[in-house]
Amino acid sequence: MSAASASPGFVHRRRRGAELILLLLALAVGVGAYAAVGLGVKDELPADMIGYSIWLAALALAAHVVVRWVAPWSDPVLLPVVTALNGLGLAMIYRIDLASDTNLSAKQLMWTTLGVVLFAGVLIVLRDHRRLQAFTYTIGLLSIFLLLLPMIPGLGKEINGARIWIGIGGFSFQPGEVAKICLVVAFAGYLVLHRDALALAGRRFAGIDLPRGRDLGPILAMWLISLMILVGQRDLGSSLLFFGLFLVMLYIATERAGWLVVGSVLFVGGALTAFSLFSHVQTRVNGWLDPFSDTGTFGQIVQGLYGMAWGGLVGRGLGQGEPWRIPFAYSDFIIASIAEELGLTGLIATLLLFGLVVERALRTALICRDGFGKLMAAGFGVAFALQVFVVVGGVTRLIPLTGLTTPFMSYGGSSLIANWVLVALLLRISDHARRPAPEVEPEGMAENDQTEVVVLR
Amino acid sequence: MNTPIRRMAVLCLVLFLALLLNATWVQYVQAGSLNERNDNRRVRDAEFSRERGAILVNGNPVAQSVPVDDQFKYQRRYPQPLKFAHLTGFFSYIYGATAVESNQNTVLSGSDPRFFVNRLVDTLSNKQPEGGSVSLTVDPAAQSAAFDGIQALGPDTQAAVVALEPSTGKILAMVSNPTYDPNKIASHDLEQSQSDYERLIEDPAKPMFNRAIQEVYPPGSTFKLVTAAAALESGDYDPDSQVDGRATYRLPDTSVDVPNDSGSSCGGDRITLTQALQVSCNVAFLRLGNELGADALSEQAEKFGFGQRYLSGLGAQAVSVFPEELNEPNTALSAIGQFEVAATPLQMALTTATIANNGQGMRPYLVDEVRAPDLSVLEKTAEEEMPDRAMSSTSASLLTQMMVETVDQGTAAPAQIPNIKVAGKTGTAQSAADRNPYAWFVSFAPADNPEVAVAVLVQDAGVERDAISGGGLAAPIAKSVMEAVIGP
Repeated sequence: MSAASASPGFVHRRRRGAELILLLLALAVGVGAYAAVGLGVKDELPADMIGYSIWLAALALAAHVVVRWVAPWSDPVLLPVVTALNGLGLAMIYRIDLASDTNLSAKQLMWTTLGVVLFAGVLIVLRDHRRLQAFTYTIGLLSIFLLLLPMIPGLGKEINGARIWIGIGGFSFQPGEVAKICLVVAFAGYLVLHRDALALAGRRFAGIDLPRGRDLGPILAMWLISLMILVGQRDLGSSLLFFGLFLVMLYIATERAGWLVVGSVLFVGGALTAFSLFSHVQTRVNGWLDPFSDTGTFGQIVQGLYGMAWGGLVGRGLGQGEPWRIPFAYSDFIIASIAEELGLTGLIATLLLFGLVVERALRTALICRDGFGKLMAAGFGVAFALQVFVVVGGVTRLIPLTGLTTPFMSYGGSSLIANWVLVALLLRISDHARRPAPEVEPEGMAENDQTEVVVLR
Repeated sequence: MNTPIRRMAVLCLVLFLALLLNATWVQYVQAGSLNERNDNRRVRDAEFSRERGAILVNGNPVAQSVPVDDQFKYQRRYPQPLKFAHLTGFFSYIYGATAVESNQNTVLSGSDPRFFVNRLVDTLSNKQPEGGSVSLTVDPAAQSAAFDGIQALGPDTQAAVVALEPSTGKILAMVSNPTYDPNKIASHDLEQSQSDYERLIEDPAKPMFNRAIQEVYPPGSTFKLVTAAAALESGDYDPDSQVDGRATYRLPDTSVDVPNDSGSSCGGDRITLTQALQVSCNVAFLRLGNELGADALSEQAEKFGFGQRYLSGLGAQAVSVFPEELNEPNTALSAIGQFEVAATPLQMALTTATIANNGQGMRPYLVDEVRAPDLSVLEKTAEEEMPDRAMSSTSASLLTQMMVETVDQGTAAPAQIPNIKVAGKTGTAQSAADRNPYAWFVSFAPADNPEVAVAVLVQDAGVERDAISGGGLAAPIAKSVMEAVIGP
């Protein structure tokens, strides 16, 4: 059987050159933002400007070289976009460092380096994403274990009312971020195997088709456990994220819209229950509805809003706003800092960058030829979209505030590393998806294939 | 699985669209109102580091920004702080702005929409926006006379003076005592400024209070001008009409006999209205009040400005009150400015200025003109008439004549100025049994072509009860203010 070397209508191109150009642009953004911060705050370029630029360029180009080497067919847009976001985040954290006399940007640079190293590591070690499918249950259990880690007394730390951190030798780590990736992989692995059974087999109950217990059971159990852990740890942002993620992946796998309906009902019910049970949820909702009623408690949101208003359309300029007035302007509210100094224009540009990541992930999912890859890529894309929505929505007062981090920009090692690994996995899947299918030789010899005639004299 | 993926893509698109729209809402639509909120430090910081416009009196600054070498770059300074404190107000990092600093804030900080073109040029050339300047209507000589007059009674004297130009409504002088030094609150030493502010707030004498406009007091006998105006306007009376001049008046429906301040009669059983005003005869005006009726008095008071806010250029104006639904005895008491009648010194000055201006009141205003940073005139305040004509020209000149006689021959004699016809009225208002009475004096001069109308209130001069009188305490201050305006 001969297979066409190209899918109909799809032109296979490596596009590494395009990626290089975009990467240079992204570096210009990252380095330029850094320089602008120095100019804005102190009217002079930062002292370590050259070193910083070289380091950032080295990281980006090393990543690019690794991609050329082990994933030459992968999506060309993802790496540059993520580099730009990371660079922008670094510049903003540096800006706040200058105002509050801390040194967080150096640490964030270290985490970035680690993230890129892991990115390269994942790409080099994992040559085919389908190998992960064999470890579906292992990865699922790993994710539960990671989620449970902060509950261990002595290891776990409670910060801001949520017990989602662990401390090892002075470093704080948020295992939930890695658990998110593991759960996507585990869900994808399970769902792709059982999607037919989930979609077709089952009983009809009150007009709704319900799948069999043995099919739904394991995955439901895994999901409920993770949800309960998160609720127990009082990290409702992550609970929301995982809940939405699971539902969407279930819907994509089974193509049954009923899951979304049931899920929405469950979500509303859960949200109302959480609201009535947890006082800190009530605080968050009050802060969302009317932050000016108590500018002491809701200081973060109020200052964020003031900062955004002060930024206006074009922003105050890097280094020339007052984002340090916002509590945790370098982590939770880094979007508000961006909005203040780069204006609505800068904020929209950043949101579009995030949107691009989601779009490339979903596009990869569409063209991916195997179900596991499809589900994984779609899962990552939706997870990313949901996370950005919840974070930016909370900061801009579209929805109540939660504790989720801003991917690639927020100060925090675990989130940064987890997101780089996520991008590595996406590139791996997209490499497989965009690679031309292997040519299969037709049966029988080709005309020109002659046996060599050896003339014996 | 592609179809649901595409659908989820649409969902993600909707989510991002919601984010973009909400961001636009906050950063573009709501930006203006968020920036105007009081506790918005960013706006305050920006304003504080700007060269703020000056507040001028006769071309000389009473509030200006001088460059300094600290994080704020400009320090707000108040030359002549005690004299002008209640007019300029202060501009402080912690406590915001008050009085003219607050009322004209958009002009002084340069963010007024009228400066848009200037600001555009500044933004393009990357300069910090400058503020425009505000000129007050105050006459420095009158202000000094008022201030010095009060200080002569003692630095802790609780008193207020308001002087108006009758033909235009310009505020020529406004002093309130005790006063304070706004430099201390505008100081960049934030700790010091905070402790000074708290000390001033807790001071029982309320030095930051502008007694001229923020508090109402019983006007006492100065209110007899309103009663007399009502009488003249009714058509039933003229300056020579005979009124009751006996020693006491029995309030209708009661067994209370109200005496005159002198204790004896006003010069006979029947005296002229003019003479009643001259000696400030309580009995005559008590009876007059009952004869005119509460409605007539109330209407007349309203025409003079009672019950309204009319001050332009300062906020926080208290409303002067003529009580409603009076019974007979209270009507009589109201006619002599007691019971629950309460007026600000500004109101009494306005009343006097209205009489001086042939019965047509002019709206008092403090800000004369506003200039852009490049000194071009942005706006010159136009004079505005009060909505109602208080009395006819004829009645006004009759009342003026009566007031001139009060100065020439009556209780207002201390306000006489050589070669100038002065019209005036004294007042001693009872406040509470355990509190000293208030001493009032209102006057205007020259009577035939008035240049200034002044109202003086001395709330507490640390003087014995017996020695308190409008003519004794308040009139000399009024005289010096009038002299300052009219000139040598």
